[in-house]
Amino acid sequence: MSETDAIPEFKRGGATGEVGISGGMSALAAGPGIRSLREVLAIVLVAVVIIGGTELLLNLFQVPQYVLPKPSEIAVALVTDFHLILPHLGHTLVELLSGFAIGATIGLILAAVITQFPFAEKIITPYILLLVTTPMLALVPLLILRFGFGYEPRIIAVALASGPMVMINAATGFRRVDSGKIALARSYGASTLQIFWKVRAPMALPMIFVGLMVGSIFGLLTAVGAEMVGGGFGLGNRLTSYSSMIQMPQFFAVVLILSLLGILIYVLFFLLGKKFASWEA
Amino acid sequence: MGANREGRLSGAASQPKLRVRDATKVYNTRSGDLLAIDSCSLDIRAGEIVSIVGPSGCGKTTLLWSMSGLHKLTSGQVLLDGAPVDGPSPEIGMVFQDANLLPWRNLDANINFPFEIKGTKPDRAWIDDLLQRVGLGGFGGRFPRELSGGMQQRAALVRALSFKPSVLLMDEPFGALDAFTREEMNQMVEEIWLDTRTTIVLITHSIEEAIFLSDRIVVMSARPGRVASIHEVPFPRPRSLEIMATREVFDLTNTIKMEIIGEQQSRYARPSIAQPAQPSV
Repeated sequence: MSETDAIPEFKRGGATGEVGISGGMSALAAGPGIRSLREVLAIVLVAVVIIGGTELLLNLFQVPQYVLPKPSEIAVALVTDFHLILPHLGHTLVELLSGFAIGATIGLILAAVITQFPFAEKIITPYILLLVTTPMLALVPLLILRFGFGYEPRIIAVALASGPMVMINAATGFRRVDSGKIALARSYGASTLQIFWKVRAPMALPMIFVGLMVGSIFGLLTAVGAEMVGGGFGLGNRLTSYSSMIQMPQFFAVVLILSLLGILIYVLFFLLGKKFASWEA
Repeated sequence: MGANREGRLSGAASQPKLRVRDATKVYNTRSGDLLAIDSCSLDIRAGEIVSIVGPSGCGKTTLLWSMSGLHKLTSGQVLLDGAPVDGPSPEIGMVFQDANLLPWRNLDANINFPFEIKGTKPDRAWIDDLLQRVGLGGFGGRFPRELSGGMQQRAALVRALSFKPSVLLMDEPFGALDAFTREEMNQMVEEIWLDTRTTIVLITHSIEEAIFLSDRIVVMSARPGRVASIHEVPFPRPRSLEIMATREVFDLTNTIKMEIIGEQQSRYARPSIAQPAQPSV
């Protein structure tokens, strides 16, 4: 605990030798590490240029609102109609969270169990791959026929989309058998269960976080897609509804909310991965 | 712990600490059965350091892993204090060629690992003393990636001794280290051994290392591994590095080297003087 060299420093300004906030993080964290105040400023500057530039150009060429609304109009719609959109955000979150919870739990358990039995794994893997590659959206009309226009078909679709994603990544993690470390644990008399919890599971953790992140994003896509197919609520339903009424500022406000939701999910798992799986430098 | 000291004093008359009787191990591989070791018999006295050397692939590791209870013998048995070993024993500590530290645990948590598995309480004073001795005092909060190869292997040694085993089995523990670090480690092992008189069985590719550390050196034949010969190492302890430059050590080294080369020749049926019996790491 005493060493200071492991504590990352925040160094401002210097064009050379910048010290990262996220130095030595996992592969999961390698992507979006924002490294300095300069980079933050640059990112904000790019946003200002893009948004301001769009506003200017749309004004300049008198583009009609139904083709592309101005950023300022989108912002206004976001504020004035937020109370109308908010309940739909709630519905989407319910579908996403419950579907993802079900899918991820089943995926994790399946991954943990089948990787213990190589034969079962060989048999099951092609089917899981089939589930991963089949767009679960394709099943939504069928699910609606069976379960109606409520939450159920959407939750099932989200679970079907996210579960296999979590499973296939987690299985990759659990398969990373380090026979040396397992032999070590066995030499202390560790049981199969102890080996699982104390060696295999921690070793799989970085891949599990990757699976959760990808799975949750897939879940969000599927939830919104399912809402667009049928039913009277949810952010996806708003998209079809606003576009059919040519309320483009509101339409883009919903798109904006969806983007923010996606980023939020990504950042959440990024931070979790950084906290619990940062040992994998 | 007291028992091995007495055992040493009463010498060969008492029951051996570790007894290998007609140990035979057959591996069932895809290309047929492989006889790894064939009727190996070996008695190891309490408090003795015995090295096992031999051409590569001669079954040294198989023999050692059988002693530890990690491998089951096809026939024959291993007796620890007269009782058959048929699984990992709390009396046995192991050091592998790879330090096998768990990368998600800091040094303290890594040394705590055997105690978590066994459900026992660590003797902090003893462990702190060991850490000081090997020069790792104050490094408890460091993670394995922050330690050099030598430091990691020293940590593995501390971890193996932390629960005070009466037998320490080492499987090419310093094979991956550079020559200087290796000599340092050898001196460290002897120093600790002079205090604890733990029975040590060491597999090594370095005849110098075997001579520096051992009371006896076992030379194994080419596969299938048998005990080809046993050499007493008569030099007084503590052994200095100067001793290693004497005529006696040179002669003993050569005798063992020629034996191993002879074994290799019998295996490949062609002269292989150019092939050094002891690989430079």
